[in-house]
Amino acid sequence: MYSQGLIGADSRTEETPEFLEAFQKRIDAEEKIEPNDPMPEGYRKTLVRQIGQHAHSEIVGMLPEGNWITRAPSLRRKAALLAKVQDEGGHGLYLYCAAETLGVTRKQMTEELLSGKAKYSSIFNYPTLTWADIGAIGWLVDGAAIMNQIPLCRCSYGPYARAMIRVCKEESFHQRQGYELMMSLAQGTEEQKAMAQDALNRWWWPSVMMFGPHDSESQHSDQSMAWKIKRFSNDELRQKFITATVPQAQYLGLSIPDPDLTFNEETQMWEHGPIDWNEFWRVVKGQGPVSRDRVKARKTAWNDGAWVREAALAHAEKRKTRKMAAE
Amino acid sequence: MALPDALLELADDHLVLGHRLSEWCGHAPMLEEDLAMPNMALDLIGTARSLYTRAGELEGKGRTEDDLAYFRGERDYRNILLVERPNNDFAQTMLRQLYFAAFMEPYWQAALDSTDDVVRGVAGKAVKEVAYHIRHAGEWVIRLGDGTEESAERMQEAVLDLHPYTGELFDEGSVEGEGALPSRAAMHGAWEATMKDIFAQALLDWPEELGQMRGGRTGQHGEQLGHMLAEMQSLARAHPGAVW
Repeated sequence: MYSQGLIGADSRTEETPEFLEAFQKRIDAEEKIEPNDPMPEGYRKTLVRQIGQHAHSEIVGMLPEGNWITRAPSLRRKAALLAKVQDEGGHGLYLYCAAETLGVTRKQMTEELLSGKAKYSSIFNYPTLTWADIGAIGWLVDGAAIMNQIPLCRCSYGPYARAMIRVCKEESFHQRQGYELMMSLAQGTEEQKAMAQDALNRWWWPSVMMFGPHDSESQHSDQSMAWKIKRFSNDELRQKFITATVPQAQYLGLSIPDPDLTFNEETQMWEHGPIDWNEFWRVVKGQGPVSRDRVKARKTAWNDGAWVREAALAHAEKRKTRKMAAE
Repeated sequence: MALPDALLELADDHLVLGHRLSEWCGHAPMLEEDLAMPNMALDLIGTARSLYTRAGELEGKGRTEDDLAYFRGERDYRNILLVERPNNDFAQTMLRQLYFAAFMEPYWQAALDSTDDVVRGVAGKAVKEVAYHIRHAGEWVIRLGDGTEESAERMQEAVLDLHPYTGELFDEGSVEGEGALPSRAAMHGAWEATMKDIFAQALLDWPEELGQMRGGRTGQHGEQLGHMLAEMQSLARAHPGAVW
């Protein structure tokens, strides 16, 4: 039927009904799938796409926050932001390595990002206009990311699940750091408070949209759930995020820009008003306020750095030749 | 010169170079360098913070690290010209880093015997960090110097551009004899040995005769420092007295 090649595996796996059934049994028994295990091509492809997107999001995500490193208003904040953006780069590296266990290279994935073939989280196609955006990103964007990512620590694919354990620890630190930054602003001067409210106004809806389309509209969900790549639906995670975040905003004395936000006494959950899905799809399709700038910045860094990477390879080659000649 | 002023010079060197490195974040030639450069920047900014705080304490006017970093203009900054040079390309950035680290490593070694507790503490941490900076930047200087034709040209160009700024590293202040800070001039031998060793591996010529540029220690900076500080200080200065 269908077959696939796997890195390090010289045999090809026939996707017979028996094979698919045995694979699903392993998943259902909560066994971890490891790089050299036979797996359906669809499973591999889904993971390559998802881990790749996740890695790209970390890399592109360095740009909006990096925009404020040189203007951070205190040395403590400057160091914290620099360390945070560095963490994001580290996550990217970690995730590219996890994806490489599935037979793609970092170079291939990078080229797909630069050509626009591979996607990354749309949230990074919004600009960071003030310092408060740095707080809002930590609090809301990393907060939403954690909701998505905690269940991934139990993902059926071993390397991804293990990578996510470390990523989540760092993200949860970033989320607290972002909230602490918002707190300083909320307790600061009138101008600082206004800055915090403005950032919440701009980042709230894009953060809520980070969980993706409603369950009824989600393309990849059912199979991912069966394979235990995904454990909760988009709407479940979104609901959790909103319920966790509303009291945090109240504590800061900031108001959530959703006039229809209501508390459901029965479920003990905060429920949001209608989401502007036109905006969501517009940004997903590359028409976010700074979509072109983001990809362009990545291309520029990649192209400007080409001579450095070539020199490193040339030098390594020279060393090898000299070493061989000496032996 | 009093010790607080001497500490300020040292702190400015570290903050300005750390800031320059941080400008690369997210735009490096490869992901590994997007991690390595912020790492070095964090070391330098961390050192600057301790030194500013100590300078403020000793000065006794209640100035904090942020007052000193954000509310002094370019005529008051006392960093050497080398560290404020723009990043230009990766070859220049790595060479600038190496020139500075190769000086700071023996300097912090000597400062381990400082009569000032804080300086000793800073030295104990920084000496390990700059040893790594020498290794990292030095490996890049070697790779680029002995890489492709283009990288070798860029590296040679970086030497011509930056070497004239290295003499200022060794200019003495006036507190060196008092035991809190080491003599700068005394670092020349160790610095030159490190640099020449790396230059030999990088197939770079050691420039013997290049005029020396000075002025940072007296507030006579290049044009670029003003731009850097304008950016760095803009938000803090727009909200004087605000707590972040």
